[in-house]
Amino acid sequence: MKSTRFDHLWLFAGLLALWQLVHWAVGPDVLSSPWVTIVRAGELMATGAFWGHAAATATAFAIASVISILGGIALGLWLGLRRFAGDVADPILGTLYSIPKITLYPIILLLFGLGVSAKIAFGVIHGVFPIAIFTMNAVRNVAPVYHRTARVLRLPPPVAALTIMTPAALPEMLAGIRIGVALTLLGVLIGELFASTSGLGFALIRAMDTHAVNDIMAITLLLFVFAAGVNALLRFVERRARHG
Amino acid sequence: MTLRAFVGKVGVIRAALVLAALAALELLCRLGIINRVTMIPPSEMITSLWSILRTGRYNEDILFTLLNVVAASLIAILVGFFIGAALHALPRLRRPLVPLLSAWYAIPTFVFYPLLIVAFGVGRTALIVMGALFGVVAMIVNTTLGLDHVPPAVAKTGAILRLDGLRRLMLIRLPSAAPHLVTGIKLAVAYSVIGIVAGEFILATEGVGKRIAFSYDNFDNKTMYGMLLLLLIAVMAVNGALSVWEKRLHRRFGAR
Repeated sequence: MKSTRFDHLWLFAGLLALWQLVHWAVGPDVLSSPWVTIVRAGELMATGAFWGHAAATATAFAIASVISILGGIALGLWLGLRRFAGDVADPILGTLYSIPKITLYPIILLLFGLGVSAKIAFGVIHGVFPIAIFTMNAVRNVAPVYHRTARVLRLPPPVAALTIMTPAALPEMLAGIRIGVALTLLGVLIGELFASTSGLGFALIRAMDTHAVNDIMAITLLLFVFAAGVNALLRFVERRARHG
Repeated sequence: MTLRAFVGKVGVIRAALVLAALAALELLCRLGIINRVTMIPPSEMITSLWSILRTGRYNEDILFTLLNVVAASLIAILVGFFIGAALHALPRLRRPLVPLLSAWYAIPTFVFYPLLIVAFGVGRTALIVMGALFGVVAMIVNTTLGLDHVPPAVAKTGAILRLDGLRRLMLIRLPSAAPHLVTGIKLAVAYSVIGIVAGEFILATEGVGKRIAFSYDNFDNKTMYGMLLLLLIAVMAVNGALSVWEKRLHRRFGAR
């Protein structure tokens, strides 16, 4: 048992070593070394400009996540409870989920202009469909006895959705929310890369334009840590819901 | 029979719904509620696409992107399969990697694209590496999932029949993992497309993404929407075909 406890550390050390090796192989113009990246990340975090960008990204991410989650759950609950509507919509949702949303960036830009609404819109079109699909399937997979209970109790559909279907379908819905939130972050960052004047995505594109490799690496590292953190948190919530 | 009729009915309503949405969009554009600078009517997108295909003026771009996608997808699928199989065999390596793999798609991987350009120069190689990098993780994750879901009874059958390692893999494990593998292939292709088109948006000398970005910058909405439509139709067709294959395999081997 003890040996597996250090697996994370070994893997971490291994990845760092691999990173360093690739750095030596391709040179500092392509890939900064781990140490330089971490130091640069520390320097960035000490500046006010970084936190300004981080706050802009966080705000857009938070708003887009709330819209994705509420919209996705509402759509998913409705389509899950109405069998027929769900059957009609299922492949349409699947297609919307699978089209590469990045190709739609010119349309989003033309519709929303440069700025915070375009980022949010980009985040939402990435996040809302997986949440809707997972919620719909979760509601459909709820044991029939719950549906019968709702009927026996003569609950009106909104009350049944809230008090019976949502708790029963919660673990699967949370899996959808985890994926949807991750994609929402991706969408917001893509929006910032192509269509924004603030945020970490914008800081990245500026670093790309000036070819500041250390900055690209440092910001990417911080974003990755943040994304992995959000993901781990949602995984934890999901596991709690499954066992509680 | 009744079931089939119901499926047909659902299909008809679905088609009607999509057509109604398109008609509404057409109407909004024609009435000027959505102005032409923002979006051209869907019918004009189709005529624009038709003229692009008929004159063949962007054939080189289309071919460029197509070849890149094929190359990147193949690399992602093969490399992803082998890494996935290795991780399945090494659970101690895999367990700590899971959080990293599942956070991969929250990161816009194409921020590494400028670094790839420095490494490989502007051109095909950087784009292919970009697409493969984006696609490979989906294949890794689904390969490990697929191999996880081989039922023990099926695996034991191989042992009872005294198949050697290779045959056990080819005849037992791979077919049993096939539904997940196809899901992996489907996602790897989709993500490769995203990686490559994003790369072409950012910096490229040719390609569908480059053409779309260029016509966007020049207010050439006809070309832009024509090429966008082409891209979306191509992606939906490939995705649809792989989904049908995936569903058939799921039905045959049972989704577990």
